[in-house]
Amino acid sequence: MTEVTGGFGGDAPAAAAPVPPPVLETRGLTRHFRIGGMRGRTLHAVDAVDLRLDEREIVALVGESGSGKSTVARLLAMVYQPTSGTILFRGRPLAELRSRREVLSYRGQVPMVFQDPFSSLNPAHTIDYVMTRGLKLHQPALGRGEREAEAERVLETVGLVPARQTLAKYPHEMSGGQRQRVSFAQALSYRPKLILADEPVSMLDVSIRVGLLNLMARLRDEEGVSLLYITHDIASARYVSDRVVVMYAGHIVESGPSEEVLHGPVHPYTQLLLSAVPDPRVPISITSAEIAEPPRVIEPGQGCRFRSRCPLAVEMCAQVTPQLRTSSPGHQAACHVTVPQEPGS
Amino acid sequence: MADAILDVRDLSVDYLTRGRPAKAVEEVSLELRPGEFLGIVGESGCGKSTLLFAIAQLLSPPAQITGGEVIFKGANMVQLGEKALRAIRWRDYSVVMQSAMNALNPVKTIGAQFADAMRAHQKISKAAVLERSREVFALVGIDAVHLRSFPHQLSGGMRQRAMIAMALLFSPDLIVMDEPTSALDVVAQRALMVQIKELQRELGFAIIFVTHDMSLVSHFSDRLAVMYAGRFAELGPTQEVFASPMHPYTIGLFDAFPSVHGPKVHIGGIPGAPPDLAALPGGCSFAPRCPKAMAACTGREPEFYQVAERRVRCFLHGPEGGSDD
Repeated sequence: MTEVTGGFGGDAPAAAAPVPPPVLETRGLTRHFRIGGMRGRTLHAVDAVDLRLDEREIVALVGESGSGKSTVARLLAMVYQPTSGTILFRGRPLAELRSRREVLSYRGQVPMVFQDPFSSLNPAHTIDYVMTRGLKLHQPALGRGEREAEAERVLETVGLVPARQTLAKYPHEMSGGQRQRVSFAQALSYRPKLILADEPVSMLDVSIRVGLLNLMARLRDEEGVSLLYITHDIASARYVSDRVVVMYAGHIVESGPSEEVLHGPVHPYTQLLLSAVPDPRVPISITSAEIAEPPRVIEPGQGCRFRSRCPLAVEMCAQVTPQLRTSSPGHQAACHVTVPQEPGS
Repeated sequence: MADAILDVRDLSVDYLTRGRPAKAVEEVSLELRPGEFLGIVGESGCGKSTLLFAIAQLLSPPAQITGGEVIFKGANMVQLGEKALRAIRWRDYSVVMQSAMNALNPVKTIGAQFADAMRAHQKISKAAVLERSREVFALVGIDAVHLRSFPHQLSGGMRQRAMIAMALLFSPDLIVMDEPTSALDVVAQRALMVQIKELQRELGFAIIFVTHDMSLVSHFSDRLAVMYAGRFAELGPTQEVFASPMHPYTIGLFDAFPSVHGPKVHIGGIPGAPPDLAALPGGCSFAPRCPKAMAACTGREPEFYQVAERRVRCFLHGPEGGSDD
């Protein structure tokens, strides 16, 4: 598992120490859905996505509804099988996981936290039951006392103190923010490498949200966990993440270090997304009420999927699908106009 | 205010439960001038939607208006019977709900629903119904072919615009909106806000806009009310409230938003959670979460002090100032 599988870029420093493989990596990850019965059309939810999450890293996957971001999360959580492409967990393809035990072990190491804290916890059971059940499944070696200690440890880590009292509670006795902390505690009790968090704060009140975002940063810094933070809120993505990956209509259109992407967005879609964020501190920048919604990608042809909304679109955008190209070190965007392809590359 | 189109005085709403009643709205007063855009912001459970429903006379049990008046165009709506209300709903004021998918009838075309609303108020020919429907669709920028569409055939943004078109059928003087953009993506949300503002400029109706996202209304509302635990904590001209928030809760809310601009700074949010409306703490209801709470705050409740053009429910801005700590 510690074997080096990197080196695809070919531009790594020559004498570097062996680099551990990324915690999770996808190559050409694609998922299509058949829709429309008789006519048998295909919805391209996710197309050729290359994603990488390193150790102790928070990557924000940002996009509007229909961008494919939640489909990516479900592919990584093994809820869906990819149509094509591979997912590598610490260098090993997920397709090689055959036995139930291996799949279970993967799910424990890469747990998911869901959006809705009101439906993701069973209302009929106490938090103690919820935590114990997860631990029995994913940490079967622990005895009863150890399970209890572990449950208390993770509840304290997420700030639900006193932990002993929290364990006795039912979900309805807790606020939305507290329930979402329980979800993180549960994920944490499996000793995960990576937590998939699908819009974990979007249903919470504004005054509660930032506490959860701070918790995510603390899990990375103190527990050494990586997080994939899936969100439509680019401001919170900036606040908590190390890198930002922007998806549009099933494609990654831009990725790079958060501050760099947010201060110097290269793709016109990222620029649009940023200009739409309501912020009382800056003057309004979108002033037209144009129809502005992402397309459903059914049987797409060649070409950039953003071109119909793009102020910069040129003829080439309708003919050739732009590939991700490096605009500055670590920062990539897929746009014919803002990151032109170098001749011969 | 003599020229107010809407004058809400000491309006209170209780949710009657088996235990103690939950005081969802407690003696709220507000005035709205013709063509004014008032934003009401607050977190879930603060009573903002209940207040809106109470103004629009749409409450149903266990919610009950326990006091106060809603004077709209000279008549106290709290006293009006169902028949009188039916005559002015849609015609003089209309309502746009959070989820158009739930507010629209799923088994009728949009056009048929427009026709129902119009026929409920007057005898009107088919041709006139169609003409008006086309007009309001044109106002919100939807192609008239979608009058024949069912709600599920429209995108989220289009459904929400269709709801606004329906609210405009009779050119009302007031439209109350309950988080109409919260189900939309950020770009569609921004476009809809711009459109609402453009329509308001053109047609001159007044708006009460309820939202949990105070930055959303920052560029659009004339005045802003911040609601906490059933009461207004602060009320004033929007730009002033943003430039210098006075109530500690407003300040906390404002600071809880990460920004996409400027330097990246650590933010803390507001500790704790909003209180149970059936068991409010004595004194100021924000005191248990307030970084500036003093001895006086737990003793009695602060009044809604007038400070220049602003009103603030906090002892720091009362006549005694913050002198007792």
